[in-house]
Amino acid sequence: MVCENCGKKQATVHLTEIINGKMSELHLCDTCAQEKGASMKQHFSLADLLAGLTDVGMAGATSQETPVCPNCGLSYADFKKVGRLGCSECYEAFRESLAPLLKRIHGSTRHVGRMPERSGKTTEKGNQFQDLAKRLEHAIATEEYEEAARLRDEMRKMETAERRVKDRPKKEEA
Amino acid sequence: MKLDDLVHEVSEWLKGSGPDPDIVISSRVRLARNIQSSPFVHWANRRKGKSILSKLEEAVGAIPHMKSALFLRIDELTETDKQFLLERHLISHEHAQGGGFRGVAISDREVISIMLNEEDHLRIQVLQSGFNLSEAWRLASSVDRELEQRLELAYSPSWGYLTACPTNTGTGLRASVMVHLPCLMMTKQIGKVLQALNKLSLAARGLFGEGTEAAGNFFQFSNQVTLGQSEEDIIDNLERVIRQIIDHEKEARKVLLGQNKEKLFDQIWRSYGTLRNSYIINSQETINLMSLVRLGVDMGIVSNIDRKVVNELFILTQPAHLQKLEGKDLTPQERDVKRAELIRGKLNHEGRK
Ligand SMILES: [Zn+2]
Ligand SMILES: [Zn+2]
Repeated sequence: MVCENCGKKQATVHLTEIINGKMSELHLCDTCAQEKGASMKQHFSLADLLAGLTDVGMAGATSQETPVCPNCGLSYADFKKVGRLGCSECYEAFRESLAPLLKRIHGSTRHVGRMPERSGKTTEKGNQFQDLAKRLEHAIATEEYEEAARLRDEMRKMETAERRVKDRPKKEEA
Repeated sequence: MKLDDLVHEVSEWLKGSGPDPDIVISSRVRLARNIQSSPFVHWANRRKGKSILSKLEEAVGAIPHMKSALFLRIDELTETDKQFLLERHLISHEHAQGGGFRGVAISDREVISIMLNEEDHLRIQVLQSGFNLSEAWRLASSVDRELEQRLELAYSPSWGYLTACPTNTGTGLRASVMVHLPCLMMTKQIGKVLQALNKLSLAARGLFGEGTEAAGNFFQFSNQVTLGQSEEDIIDNLERVIRQIIDHEKEARKVLLGQNKEKLFDQIWRSYGTLRNSYIINSQETINLMSLVRLGVDMGIVSNIDRKVVNELFILTQPAHLQKLEGKDLTPQERDVKRAELIRGKLNHEGRK
């Protein structure tokens, strides 16, 4: 494939760019990719974010280690190509990689908005969790670090418990 | 209700009512929701995509808010019909072109539309006239509550609502406001506004026209961040910023009226004159001239036209709407003639009042 920008060199960088919620694909040579990189910074680009993360993750990882969602079969490599996940369970399968991505996109990895009301149990748990999150935020703001560490552990425990309930193949210790 | 009936209806968001209707055209709230564990449309095979669509149609059809809704399947529509829905802001570009098993449900007066099997399984959209995000949010959230009674929605306590694209994860909320800012453009202050928005991680785009170009001085502003802020905070932030932009535009209007009244009047009335006397006009020119006429109406300079008529013309003069009104396909040249005819008719009729 030839570079879409200069039309001369071989395209080696494949970007998925999201502007205004519309996704477009961009195939560039490395020279043009670098130039473009600078001009695309103003946009909110998932591709840039993904590209940046790849560099970080590349060091130790080899290609056969790319995780695959056990529910829908989408691999993390597929996600990087299309810019979309395959199903809601991909979030669990790619948790380690998605956390820093979400952080970069939103500046946060903690949902504080509404939750479904459906089953009372879920809600209660969700409430508890959000309550802990709020207290954690407060603890950090008031520099009560011991309390913050304790709250964080408690939240982790809740999350692990939740994952175990869902009976997922365990990969998170890696 | 049938699709063809819509062309004779004025969508709620075009009524020209609601708060600050002289600057804000409409407010929109969109919620992205998905069914737990089911593949998103781009990753689903045909069989699965079809069964998900049926499931969604059944659930949406059963909720009180969508009792008498119009249900359409995108693959059964003609290109003109898809374009028509796009022009009315009832479906997205991606939805019109995406292929596969996609649908849309449209409520009375087109206040609520729910895209089925878009990027996400459900895209709940509420459109309100004027600066009215809180009402749009109230409605969208009650539709959401009704839907969660019938569908197991994908949700995680730590990451919130799980969406196909991580840019929507969390609240799945995109709030947006369509504004008309001719005087910030004329006084060349718009650049500063857009820069400031960028810093607040709000997105801006032109309403008509492609990319960042804003034909007719119409802009759409929306939130980018969906994780780490509550829905109320997201809406509050956007409201506060838009409020400031409205004040800036009002100030610019005052300044222009005070310092350069003749030029302003000249631009507005020439635009009105051209629209009233054209026999061939393309959509680009229409939007640019209509923008100035709208400004005249909003500032009380052009007093014999109703704002609703101006709003309506923005939509009716677009390609698919012209063809729907005519009841047949038209070439671009034929459209330019029909467009001019429609505008002359409306403005001359109004002008006689
Ligand atoms: Zn190149
Ligand atoms: Zn998956």
